[in-house]
Amino acid sequence: MTIAGFGALTLVVCVAAPLVGATAIHLSRVFDRTIPFADNVDAQVFFVARLPRVLAAILVGSSLAVAGVVFQAFLRNPLASPDTLGLSTGATLGAVIVITFHIDTAVLGISAVPIASFLGAAIALGIVYAMSIARRHGTSTTVLLLAGVALSAFFGALNRLIQVLGDFTDTFRSIRWMMGSLDVGSYTDVVVSFVPIAAALVAVATLPRVLDLVSLGAAAAESRGVDVRRAERLALVSASVLTGSAVSLGGPIPFVGIIVPHIVRLIVGADHRLVLPAAALFGGTFLVLCDLLARTVFGAGGMPVGAVTALLGGPFFLWLLFRRFR
Amino acid sequence: MTLLEANDVSFEYERGGARVLDRVSLRVPRGGIVGLLGPNGSGKTTLLRLLSGTLAPASGGVVLDGRSIAAMPRREIARRIAVVPQETHSAFDFTALEIVMMGRYPHLGAFELEGGADLAIAREALAATGTTALQARRFATLSGGEKQRVVIASALAQASDVLLLDEPTASLDLGFQLDVAALLARLNTERGVTMVVSTHDLNLAAALCGSLVMLRAGHVIAAGDTRSVLTSCNVRALYGVDAEVVHHPRARHLTVVPLARAE
Repeated sequence: MTIAGFGALTLVVCVAAPLVGATAIHLSRVFDRTIPFADNVDAQVFFVARLPRVLAAILVGSSLAVAGVVFQAFLRNPLASPDTLGLSTGATLGAVIVITFHIDTAVLGISAVPIASFLGAAIALGIVYAMSIARRHGTSTTVLLLAGVALSAFFGALNRLIQVLGDFTDTFRSIRWMMGSLDVGSYTDVVVSFVPIAAALVAVATLPRVLDLVSLGAAAAESRGVDVRRAERLALVSASVLTGSAVSLGGPIPFVGIIVPHIVRLIVGADHRLVLPAAALFGGTFLVLCDLLARTVFGAGGMPVGAVTALLGGPFFLWLLFRRFR
Repeated sequence: MTLLEANDVSFEYERGGARVLDRVSLRVPRGGIVGLLGPNGSGKTTLLRLLSGTLAPASGGVVLDGRSIAAMPRREIARRIAVVPQETHSAFDFTALEIVMMGRYPHLGAFELEGGADLAIAREALAATGTTALQARRFATLSGGEKQRVVIASALAQASDVLLLDEPTASLDLGFQLDVAALLARLNTERGVTMVVSTHDLNLAAALCGSLVMLRAGHVIAAGDTRSVLTSCNVRALYGVDAEVVHHPRARHLTVVPLARAE
């Protein structure tokens, strides 16, 4: 029921969001089959200019929210997010290296920045994963969290170091990238990200009951029949693929991965069979709305969507914390 | 007939590190309640984890119903053995019923939804532990005794024939201690659930357990029938405490009255 509500909301936002923008268009004209597409300006604005961006927002928002849910359950920490294990910082480092040193090699039509940021996330995962399997008897979530914090700080420092080496324009481009943008050029970027994201979402879809159980602790999950090592590997890798793909598509958009899971839990409760689909749907919706604000309210030039999520998300998250720990 | 046994199991948490258990053997008869006694750090919890297969022994083996537990898939072990840990915390706000339903995990396929039968089993487990009224409550808001009974209900919903309990009454007040002890005795007589219970409460052990195993620094120092093992001599060897062990006519079991630290 609730999930159907979230689904309907996502659909409505998907159709409504492309209608809003600097050029006013009408839904009836967009789907008017009597006008050929080449002459239908409304349809062109809808399908060519705005829909890819909305779809990108859906993909990125869903991925970050689902990755957040998975990390929070496996780290047994409601404050964990896709950034916690240093994945976003790793992705950012990759992008900043490519921007600063003008690496323009494209692979299969995908430009270097998204590839490098995906690789950065993968390297961060590799380091964190090596830490997690180093222990003989199960993963210590404390070790993972500390490793993530250390990794984030280290990558962050490398980031700033590299930016000092770059010239003014490069640094500006880097900063702009770090604020996140869903201004994708075409459907190609969206499709390229969709493939790994869809695969990871399918993998996560096998996990909801396991996520319930591991949030009681690894030993409790094991004694109820969960192969925790295997589940953990699957969860870490798929949540990282989600994070890496999302960041390479839209930049390190902050807060979505932590706010959306918490809003969703307030509405549907703790059961991950509801939390996961609700987070996937609401994460997308939330980011489309933030992006809508980013490209309309703040003037013609627009504002980076990452700034909007942080401006809305920061205070909202503080309020949630205040309510919770009061 | 032996249902669950540990044969000469040894364990160390770090390779070459201190031995937490050193060639420990234990037999649990079908339908029996075995008490695990020992001071803090004597290896009780580790032994329970070896028995549930969540830790693998460095040497020796655990056998369930004639099969080595090391060769059994986790899910299959979970259908035979349920565990009640000392404390249960949840990272998220699950309801009591949701916690109990988690016990059904080993009986369900990857995409299978819990059916009416699973819900009926969970409801029955709630009723058996007197927690039906708590089912819609948030687990985190329950008192220690309520939590422990809900976790026992979750273990019951697992429908296993063995229940391993790690100090099930440790954080409970006197009233809840008696409630939990009575609940365990009833589950044992009415359903024939086999149990291994680790505890520091010697009187609980005397009331509940048919046999006892005394662990000290990873070694078994005494094992056997409760009446023959629970002696002032063994209590002194186990805890370094002088105690009087007498049969209490109204409680109808042995009782232990600690007197002083032994010289």
